[in-house]
Amino acid sequence: MMNLIIGIGVVLILVIVYMIFRITNLVGLVKGDKEKAGSGNGIHAFLFMAFMILSLIGFYWYSYAHFDKYTLPVASEHGVITDNLFWITMAICVIAFTLIFIVMFWFTYKYQYKEGRKAEYFVDNHKLEILWTLIPAIVMALLIFRGLRAWNDITGPSSKEAVVIELVAQQFAWTARYPGSTDEALGKADFRLIDANNEFGLDLTDKNSFDDFKSLELHLPTNKEIVLKIRAKDVLHSVFLPHFRVKMDAVPGMLTTFKFVATKTTQQMREETGNPNFNYEMACTEICGKGHFSMRFPVIVEDEESYQKWRASQESWLKQNPDYLNRIPENLREFAMIKSGMQPDNGAAEQGILKTVSNR
Amino acid sequence: MATADIKVHTEAHHDDHGHDHEHHGNFWTNYIFCQDHKVIAKQFLITGMAWALIGGILSVIFRLQLGFPDASLEWLRPVLGGWITPEGKIDSEFYLALVTMHGTIMVFFVLTAGLSGTFSNFLIPLQVGARDMASGFMNMLSYWFFFLSSAFMFTSLFISTGPAGGGWTIYPPLSALPQAIQGSGLGMTLWLISMALFIVSTLLGGINYITTIINMRTQGMSFTRMPLTIWAFFFTAIIGLLSFPVLFGAALLLIFDRSFGTSFFLSDIYIAGEALPNVGGSPILFQHLFWFLGHPEVYIVLLPALGITSEIIATNSRKPIFGYKAMVGSMLFIAILSFVVWAHHMFVTGMNPFLGSIFTLLTLIIAVPSAVKIFNYVTTLWKGNIRFTSAMLFSIGLVSFFLTGGITGLFLGNSAVDIQLHDTYFVVAHFHLVMGSASFFGMIAGIYHWFPKFFGRMMDERLGAVHFWITFVGVYMVFFPMHYIGIAGFPRRYYSWTNFETFSSFADLNMLVSIAAVVTLGAQFIFLFNFFYSIWRGRVAPANPWGSTTLEWTTPRHPGHGNWPGEIPHVYRWPYDYSKPGAKEDYIPQTVPYSETPESNLPHENELVKLEMGNSGAIIPDDKRH
Repeated sequence: MMNLIIGIGVVLILVIVYMIFRITNLVGLVKGDKEKAGSGNGIHAFLFMAFMILSLIGFYWYSYAHFDKYTLPVASEHGVITDNLFWITMAICVIAFTLIFIVMFWFTYKYQYKEGRKAEYFVDNHKLEILWTLIPAIVMALLIFRGLRAWNDITGPSSKEAVVIELVAQQFAWTARYPGSTDEALGKADFRLIDANNEFGLDLTDKNSFDDFKSLELHLPTNKEIVLKIRAKDVLHSVFLPHFRVKMDAVPGMLTTFKFVATKTTQQMREETGNPNFNYEMACTEICGKGHFSMRFPVIVEDEESYQKWRASQESWLKQNPDYLNRIPENLREFAMIKSGMQPDNGAAEQGILKTVSNR
Repeated sequence: MATADIKVHTEAHHDDHGHDHEHHGNFWTNYIFCQDHKVIAKQFLITGMAWALIGGILSVIFRLQLGFPDASLEWLRPVLGGWITPEGKIDSEFYLALVTMHGTIMVFFVLTAGLSGTFSNFLIPLQVGARDMASGFMNMLSYWFFFLSSAFMFTSLFISTGPAGGGWTIYPPLSALPQAIQGSGLGMTLWLISMALFIVSTLLGGINYITTIINMRTQGMSFTRMPLTIWAFFFTAIIGLLSFPVLFGAALLLIFDRSFGTSFFLSDIYIAGEALPNVGGSPILFQHLFWFLGHPEVYIVLLPALGITSEIIATNSRKPIFGYKAMVGSMLFIAILSFVVWAHHMFVTGMNPFLGSIFTLLTLIIAVPSAVKIFNYVTTLWKGNIRFTSAMLFSIGLVSFFLTGGITGLFLGNSAVDIQLHDTYFVVAHFHLVMGSASFFGMIAGIYHWFPKFFGRMMDERLGAVHFWITFVGVYMVFFPMHYIGIAGFPRRYYSWTNFETFSSFADLNMLVSIAAVVTLGAQFIFLFNFFYSIWRGRVAPANPWGSTTLEWTTPRHPGHGNWPGEIPHVYRWPYDYSKPGAKEDYIPQTVPYSETPESNLPHENELVKLEMGNSGAIIPDDKRH
């Protein structure tokens, strides 16, 4: 009932507004005030000026006053470079934007219609045209030059000593896989081997896979090159580490990588931002379905020592899933049990075997 | 000589047709299956406006979720039904469907069909001096394929599994697997059918536009005397003709992947507890194909708006457009470059980084002709005598958006900077300003400017001004804050940010954006009222209300079939003789020969007077036919 009354009220108001509009129109017509093009010229010219001034003030004020709110602290080596490039571009853009913005609205104000004035018949000016083709071209060239140098460094090949971490995306969660502490290599994986427990699709005929472990947090060491090997199981996803200026899609059927060096531990960042609850986070930035917005993955950055300690404390995937031992070729089982930490490694002889095997 | 004969013949034929046309038209041939370009343009316009309203409403619904995440949307249940969760929120999957449909509708149905379809159809024959399009029948088909396409897309909004929800870019595998998202079931099938029909419509239209411009210009209308609108429509049609078939191919392959078990885009997928048999496909391939259309598409929606603006700014500044040749040249350059920048949408998709370098280079080059266009617009205003008609207001608004949104392209086009900004709200701000709002303003400006020619009446200028100011400020309030949100790293297509500490701020800006979006949408109803009111009750339009030089204003108030009752006027000069020194009035129509304006002719134009004499000699036999 209430809705009906509101509805009727709205309709009545609209009808009244319409009637007022119609009547003023008809009165105008009777009075014969010809609606000349540009009758409200002065008002519009003034409004454009006001708009220009107020919006520029608003833009500068907000950008200055809320600087810390919209800028994210940077915590990676290449991030410093790309941020630098970002702010150079910003300086160029803000200068150009402000100048053109002012000039344009100044012209609209200054050259508003005046009875009897005649506009200038200004058709062409090659010098001007060349000038404002060349200036943007030169500025672009500088930006391209700097940008491409940074891009080549970022996307160049990673070093052999880099820490390898695999990130696997699926709807709607991330998992990380680390090489165990006995080697620095990840075991092979195949999507056909994925099942309820073997969520990586670990290929257990590959010796490197025995000590790999799964993590539901992304642990990163500082000041070491890290290579993320990124996979997706179902649809496209995208790894986004906002504080590290890292972004790379996860593509089913194609391995993608991103290398970077983290420079600040979580603890250091807490001190820097003055926020004791600060945490690094990883998000998904490629639309992937219903839970796209919820694909948060905690990130913990620590110094090399505590990173290694954490790594050593992790149980290998195989140890957590001993049922999968029968997938391992028989001649490798004992080795797998030792490497995965299921069987204590006692006896120098066995140690010798371990060494020779892993050296192969 | 032969061609001339044929031309004369067809003209004569059209004339006859024009005279007795009124007698044997019925409702169906006059308004529904009409082959007259003006009626088809109106059909495109009305359909485009309906779609714009739908697209706008969809965006406001998802803005409510983003701006007021805690508000109860229970009151939308009568309309959205099961898409409102029991807690009174929008379902997060439906949210994605809303985003997807908003993008699809706005890019294709409003700014491609609604803009090009309306103004190319309406203005090309009127401004080049032709009786109609090269093929009226194909033109009619073009609209009806569009209508059919619209019907499919509209239907998909109402099915139980919802419309397509994989983003307007429909990247597979998400768009290929119904297990991944409900919208990839029937909704996606309808999307693909609709888009295939849409492409057919665009191609039929485009072929017609190109043919008409090349072959059917009136006598004296050389390429260098064409208004910039026509140049813009010409380039747009060519870009569309070359790029849309690629989307057609991509859509076809996606249909195969979805329904016939092929693996063009699918590989190594484990979903819903099973590994799919597909191997060897590449999702990246789809992205290449999609953006090979997708990027030129940006210019397909933008160039017509720029063309319209050039015309309106020159007319209302009472000045020739500055640097006509540079304007044409920059459009040509943009048209060519638009085909070689597509992969800047894909810097972080895992594409080879070397390709990233190449596309950074090419992308930043395209900024140069765009900058030239802005400078030329601003210089056109300089020392003008500017009348702020509604059309002019919207044109200035366009230039302002084009500047604001275009300049952020320097960030996104640079691959190293794009790593951080890719798929954040910075991108949303960028393209909504430079392509969405700018093109939308071009379209609105065009409607205000050519309304007198469309319907023979004037729109109300006061309502137009109110509409402009609310929309202009509103659009800035919607999209400018998104730059900050984007720099802070907020990813786009997020239903909510509360899961992340990093993205926990800016509830204030998001609320502001949402309020501005509601107000801006509300202001469009002023326009709709003005539009429909003026069709029947607007003031009767004079023959040439804006004092414009172009040919369409030499037609009668209600141009009949064939546009000009008598002979098609001849063209003697370029379309921008505004405020020419020495001239009596501040504009000289294109139909006035130099021989009649000795007082204002420039030296080289006096030379042309002799040629005109020669021409008129050749015209005489043509005249005698009547």
